[in-house]
This record gives sequence, C-alpha cells and structure tokens, in this order.
Amino acid sequence: MEHLNQWQPGATMATLRQRSRALAKLRDFFQQRQIMEVDVPLLSRATVTDLNIDSIEARNANIVAYLQTSPEYFMKRLLASDSGDIYSLGKAFRDAESGRRHNPEFTLLEWYRCGWDEHQLMDEVAELIATFAPGIAVQRCSYADVFIQHLQVDPHLVDLTELQNLAVEAGSEAWADETRANCLDLLFSVLIEPKLDDGLVLVYDYPACQAALAKCAEDSQGRRISRRFEGFLNRVELANGYCELTDAVEQARRFAEDQRLRKLSEKTAVNADQLLLAAMQSGLPECAGVAMGVDRLLMQLQGADAIDQVMPFSWERC
Amino acid sequence: MSNYSTNEFRSGLKVILDGDPCSILDNELVKPGKGQAFNRVKLRNLKTGRVLEKTFKSGEQLEAADVMDTDMQYLYNDGDFWCFMEPDTFEQHQATENAVGDALIWLSEQDTCVVTLFNGVPLSVTPPNHVELEIVETDPGLRGDTAQGGSKPAKLVTGAVVKVPLFLDQGEIIRVDTRTGEYQGRVSAK
Repeated sequence: MEHLNQWQPGATMATLRQRSRALAKLRDFFQQRQIMEVDVPLLSRATVTDLNIDSIEARNANIVAYLQTSPEYFMKRLLASDSGDIYSLGKAFRDAESGRRHNPEFTLLEWYRCGWDEHQLMDEVAELIATFAPGIAVQRCSYADVFIQHLQVDPHLVDLTELQNLAVEAGSEAWADETRANCLDLLFSVLIEPKLDDGLVLVYDYPACQAALAKCAEDSQGRRISRRFEGFLNRVELANGYCELTDAVEQARRFAEDQRLRKLSEKTAVNADQLLLAAMQSGLPECAGVAMGVDRLLMQLQGADAIDQVMPFSWERC
Repeated sequence: MSNYSTNEFRSGLKVILDGDPCSILDNELVKPGKGQAFNRVKLRNLKTGRVLEKTFKSGEQLEAADVMDTDMQYLYNDGDFWCFMEPDTFEQHQATENAVGDALIWLSEQDTCVVTLFNGVPLSVTPPNHVELEIVETDPGLRGDTAQGGSKPAKLVTGAVVKVPLFLDQGEIIRVDTRTGEYQGRVSAK
C-alpha cells in the first residue's frame, strides 16, 4: 500500500502559491496587450496526426473522442473566424509521456499573433520570459548554426546515411534506418541541448523535414528550411512556434504524409481533422503562433528538477 | 529469460547489455515536443562496477539478467576461493578474488554478506554495512585523549586500515562502516 503515501501533492503550498501567481501574471501579460483569452474544448472527435504525438482516447455517448494534445486546431478555427489575436491557458494531454520533465496532463500556454512572423513572435516570447526573470540572457541562433557549431555537420545538407551513422553513435543500432527527422531529434536532444547556454535560447529555421505546421521557405543560403522555432530555457525545451501554414492544400498533404508515416510505424490510424481543413479553406489569416509549457517554465523559475514538484498532482499521484 | 522494455526500466532492474549483467540506476524519458521518444538510461556494469549512459529508442528491449542478491555466511578462504554458504539450504558457493573485490578487507568468518549471483555464480560480494573488528596494529594509545580530534591509522584483523582516534590501542574492537571505511566507535576493550 505504498501508493497511499501519494495522496499528498507533489508541490509544496509555497510552490502552489507561486504557481497561482504565475498563472495570474501570464493572463495579465496578455490582458495588457489586449489579446483575448479563449477556453477551447479539451475533448474533440478529431485530433492530431503527428507521427510522434499520441492522443489519449476518451468516449462520449459511445463515440470515440480524444483529449486534445494542444488547443491549436480549435484556435486556428477561431482565427479563421476573425477572432484576431488570441491566447489559451489550459490543459493538454499526451499519451504515455511521463518522466522528470513530462506529465501526460500538463498546462500549456498558446498564443497567436495575426500579421506577425516568427521573428516578431520570438521577441514577444523573450518579453514574456523577462517578466518572470528580469534581465535574463536571450540568445538567438539558427538551427544550422548551432548544429554546425556542435557537430560540424550541416543539418540541412548532410546525407541520410551519414546522419544515421551519427545517430547510431549517439544512441544505438536502432537508429540505423531511422528517418531524417528522428535522427536529427536524437542528435539535437542528446548532443546539443545539454550544451546550450544558460538563459533563453531561441533556435529558428528548423529543418524542412520537421516543419510540422510551419510554412517552409529557403534561408539566405538557399537551404530549404521550415519557419519554425523552439525556445530553450536553461537547456530545457520550453516553447515551439511557427509562422503558421495557411495553405489548406499543403495542410491536407501534410496530414496525408503523417498518416502514411503512422501506418509505416504500425501506429493507430488517425483521421485528419476535416473541420480544421474546412476552416483553412475558408481562410486562415497570416499569423505566427507559439505554445509554451507552463509547468516547465515553473520548474526553471523555481529550480525544481522534477515536474512533480511544481504541479498539485502529477500522474504518479492520480 | 524474459525481456524488459524501456518503459519497464526502473532503478534496480537487472539486464544484460553487450553480454554483461547490468543494474539500471536511472531511466529518463526524453521526448522532444514534436519528436520521437527515447530513454536516457544510466546503468552499472555489475562485472566491472563501471557506470555507463546509453540512449534507447522507447520500446527497445533488453534481456533480463538472472542476477540475485542472496544473504550468505562467509565460511573460509582456501587460498584460491572464498567460500560462502546459504544459511537455509547450506548450499555453498565459491567466489573468485575478482568477485570478492573490495569486500576482501572486511570479511571475517561467520559474517553475513550479500552475495550477488549471476546465472548461479558469485559475481560480487557486499560486506555488512557495519562490521566489528579487532585492531591488530596501531601506535600506542594516548591516555585521556578521548575528547579532542586527531587520528592515526590502525590495521584491523582482516587487513583493512582505518583512521581511528588517538586514544585507541591494539587489541581493541571497533565498529566500522564498510561503505565509507570510517570508524564509528569503540565496541569494547579486550
């Protein structure tokens, strides 16, 4: 009955008070900028098709439904309905993600700025972090620059075999026939992330194969990149943002590609969200959006080394 | 033997890695937001004692290692092997010098140790956390100096050398923490 010791919260009351103040402060940040809060559904008939994100299934009136892995699709439907700038501060769910920095249910802040690009949004991410950590060091670098700095390899141009060899060296034989995106993720997480500087590091121009829902483009050296960025706070992945893809046809193509990859990896099939596609056909305004892990932000602000220490009850206690 | 998947890895689990038995010390899920999940795993090689870090794809499996910690009584050393006995079954096991390793300097006959068996053969020996041993060699004790600091080396009957307070003498029995090699106190004067 060791489990019964888990009735108490993982966070101290002092930490929960700080958490409460942080949530209020986040809302205040957006209120001051006149951005509307939206509390979109957590339960939906549709969900993401991402190869590496699995949704938790639920049921309503005998219809399969999914706990949402982010508010993105609903928020884009609002944007397509002329909401203007919006933010969401709520829960998101990802199946089987438990660990020191992961909880299957977590608090996600996501916001969209109409007419902005990803660089303007990176400025705002830095401003938001600075309201919690005044004077924090902020660094910006392209994915290629940081990759070359640490691994002496151009992530956009290196051929797949060489990338797989590097991944096998950093991981195990299991990476010998992995995709480009998965090899890059391994190398970045294991060999680069731990060596990033203190403070906020914003990495932009992600490889085109990791575009997710970002627009693709060519960088100044003619390499194909995605207009996606990530924010790392003291070496911990904190935020992921895009200059959002607005082209419905391209979106449908990416959904189909996700579904092909899911099938290839023998993962459960997921239908594309037709309502999102319909919204994009009707017209998603040009915008940039970013999602930020609030629990991880709190971990960094409080020097906690486990997510369990900053939330009332992590999955282990549920 | 069965296999364990990365999501079953937890501290203390014994697995085979590259042919050697290893004990898992730590298992951390790493999952880039949009990326594939993998596990950073810290393991101790039970043969060499070395700690290593490996990255596995989530869902990868390792073979379970037939490793068992068993309380056994240390009987004697016959010159080549150290002989241990299971108190319940009286079954005896011969441990090599390699397996006895650092426990060597703490072993006195009749003590109960933890013998780690790998496929039924002693792989390593862990002495009791605390042992009581006689001092066989040390500088003469300084009478009355029981309060102040200062220490001197003392050789124990098993061969271990520990730092002891100045007032102790040859022939006295002391208590030592085998994990740190530190003197804990005087048990009795002979």
